[in-house]
Amino acid sequence: MKYISEFRQHDLAKHLAQAIAKTVDPNRHYRLMEFCGGHTHAIFRYGVQDLMPDNVEFIHGPGCPVCVLPTGRIDNAIQLVEQHDVILCTYADLMRVPATGRNNLLKAKAAGADIRMLYSTQDALKIARDNPQRQVVFFAIGFETTTPPTAVAIKQAQAEGLQNFSVFCNHVLTPAAMQAILDAPQPVAIDAFLGPSHVSTIIGSRPYEAFADRYRKPIVIAGFEPLDVMQSALMLICQLNQGRHEVENEYSRAVTRDGNQKAQALTSEVLALRDSFEWRGLGLIANSALKIRAEYAEFDAEQRFEMPAIQASDVKGCECPAILRGAKKPQDCKLLGTVCTPENPMGSCMVSSEGACAAYWSYGRLR
Amino acid sequence: MAVTYTFPLNLKSAHIDLSHGGGGRAMAQLIDELFIKHFDNDLLRQHNDQALFRVPAGRMVISTDGHVISPLFFPGGDIGSLAVHGTLNDVAMSGAKPLFLAAGFILEEGLPLADLEKIVISMAAAAKAAGTPIITGDTKVVERGKGDGVFITTTGIGSVPDGVTISGDRAKPGHAIILSGSIGDHGVAIMASRENLQFTTSILSDSAALHGLVAELVTALPSEIHCLRDPTRGGLATALNELARQSGVGMLIDEASIPVKAEVKAACEILGLDPLYVANEGKLVCICSADAAEQLLAIMRAHPLGQDAAIIGSVIDDPHGFVQMTTAFGGRRIVDWPVGEQLPRIC
Ligand code: SF4
Repeated sequence: MKYISEFRQHDLAKHLAQAIAKTVDPNRHYRLMEFCGGHTHAIFRYGVQDLMPDNVEFIHGPGCPVCVLPTGRIDNAIQLVEQHDVILCTYADLMRVPATGRNNLLKAKAAGADIRMLYSTQDALKIARDNPQRQVVFFAIGFETTTPPTAVAIKQAQAEGLQNFSVFCNHVLTPAAMQAILDAPQPVAIDAFLGPSHVSTIIGSRPYEAFADRYRKPIVIAGFEPLDVMQSALMLICQLNQGRHEVENEYSRAVTRDGNQKAQALTSEVLALRDSFEWRGLGLIANSALKIRAEYAEFDAEQRFEMPAIQASDVKGCECPAILRGAKKPQDCKLLGTVCTPENPMGSCMVSSEGACAAYWSYGRLR
Repeated sequence: MAVTYTFPLNLKSAHIDLSHGGGGRAMAQLIDELFIKHFDNDLLRQHNDQALFRVPAGRMVISTDGHVISPLFFPGGDIGSLAVHGTLNDVAMSGAKPLFLAAGFILEEGLPLADLEKIVISMAAAAKAAGTPIITGDTKVVERGKGDGVFITTTGIGSVPDGVTISGDRAKPGHAIILSGSIGDHGVAIMASRENLQFTTSILSDSAALHGLVAELVTALPSEIHCLRDPTRGGLATALNELARQSGVGMLIDEASIPVKAEVKAACEILGLDPLYVANEGKLVCICSADAAEQLLAIMRAHPLGQDAAIIGSVIDDPHGFVQMTTAFGGRRIVDWPVGEQLPRIC
């Protein structure tokens, strides 16, 4: 574990800060979108902004799986437990995401719904094995990092002939979100991207090359340690100064150009592209999410149970959609800290510790 | 007159059953052969429902604390020693010398008597080492499934020396903040020993009685110590936020100066926890006049329970009452109240 503390060393940070200060062009402004909640969290938790010159601005991106899940999908999950009496298995992060009518999974559980918080898909399989007379649904969310375990669980369920296990699949794809941000009708001014690290261990850095080319935006695959964030910012600043727009890999200790092809093959064996999927903040995005392939339809909760698409609206005044697009910052929301706090979140960005509002409120509000 | 029972308690293989709480002979036997035997003092041996004692002149404090913990036995302690230390520390954080303890047990049907005996022996040893006898108590039994083996509530009373005024609302800008040792040991030891989080560490709970250390501090500089708090549940972050709110001040701490053991740090990384929010059971935070800080620090470091003590920051003027921290990384952030329970990270 020495490794991790080394990556937080103060001296290295000071050197990097000096290098950045020397490199920036004082006559311009740098708007860097950190794509992932992991980056956002590191920036606030370690006070990275304090080590940056004033003309380098971080814009928080949509890379927080809990944050981008639309309210309707939580409503779906609550209906599933309440109407079909299933055991719903979910990660703890999702429990407090607001659903319609001031509801959430935590409240549904308190009111008697059988919702279990777990740490891995394997726990969900075990619950299914232990409760053969009950239907067990795993509420799957996440970007490409969490997709392979879901695929494995489905294959395993098939191999074991587990007939009471299914997956409510909400896996989404990173490149599609990046594209949506760049293609938005009123695109936010972004000069460059700190690209996903964990996701890129799976998909590699190649998928970003088209963006760097077509939109002429530098992208640096950036780890989640605060030093990674600073080093990547420096690499982006250099590219911008030199007029380059390439995909560079700061996180080369774990990411290759082609990623983990075994995991990719496994995923595409079980999961296929959805025509379109709703993202909180970004709206409907074509080819942006995964569904379970027809060959595995019996493990698809959306096919096993009746699950109508639900159009739900967010809490009035909540700026999560604009924040997830990078158009606003947490401090622009009037509900921040008054009505909306981590204890009582009104929007998804206040729920996950990787959400911009939670990170700002918990660590950064002294600025 | 000593009562005798037909058969002695079967401490090897018997379990708590409902008769042990029924008020009959079985309960009396449990009390005699287990609790009184080990807690052993004149007041208990009188078999009264209360204990009568003389009080010293001056101010007294009383504190009570319920203890529920799973697992009952953990590296570095068990619920018995914890129930003694927890309450002694709450009493001691007023600067008091603890005098007596009372204990209430809620036992779950099915609890092995062997486990209960171990817990009682450990409690007795902790109370004896602290010089604070357990002089009265109570036992109830609940049906299987309605308890977690055993719950223990302890109450302690103590007397506060003259000239000592310690309270959470007395922190003022300029005061120094001293921490008596490394943080997070207890919480990490507990989590590591829970079955569903299987990773091994050599970390022991820091569960300990702090009144000896407190006595040395208040004897040396009675009027310079303004607040004492043991950062238990919710960790150091919560203790500092409580004190900041009570006193209407802010605090500025320096992450690099806060002692955290390397193993604790590593375990927290794996579990996705922040050591600032992880529980301690043998540490204290002392807020004192800046001029007295070095001397109090030296006293702590000379004491076995304060060897790693450090000055971690100071009280500042802040209308928002924020606890701020200069991160080891070189930036600044808020150290907020915790939200809900600290849950291990999931993805
Ligand atoms: S502060 Fe709360 S209400 Fe405002 S944008 Fe963030 S999550 Fe939504």
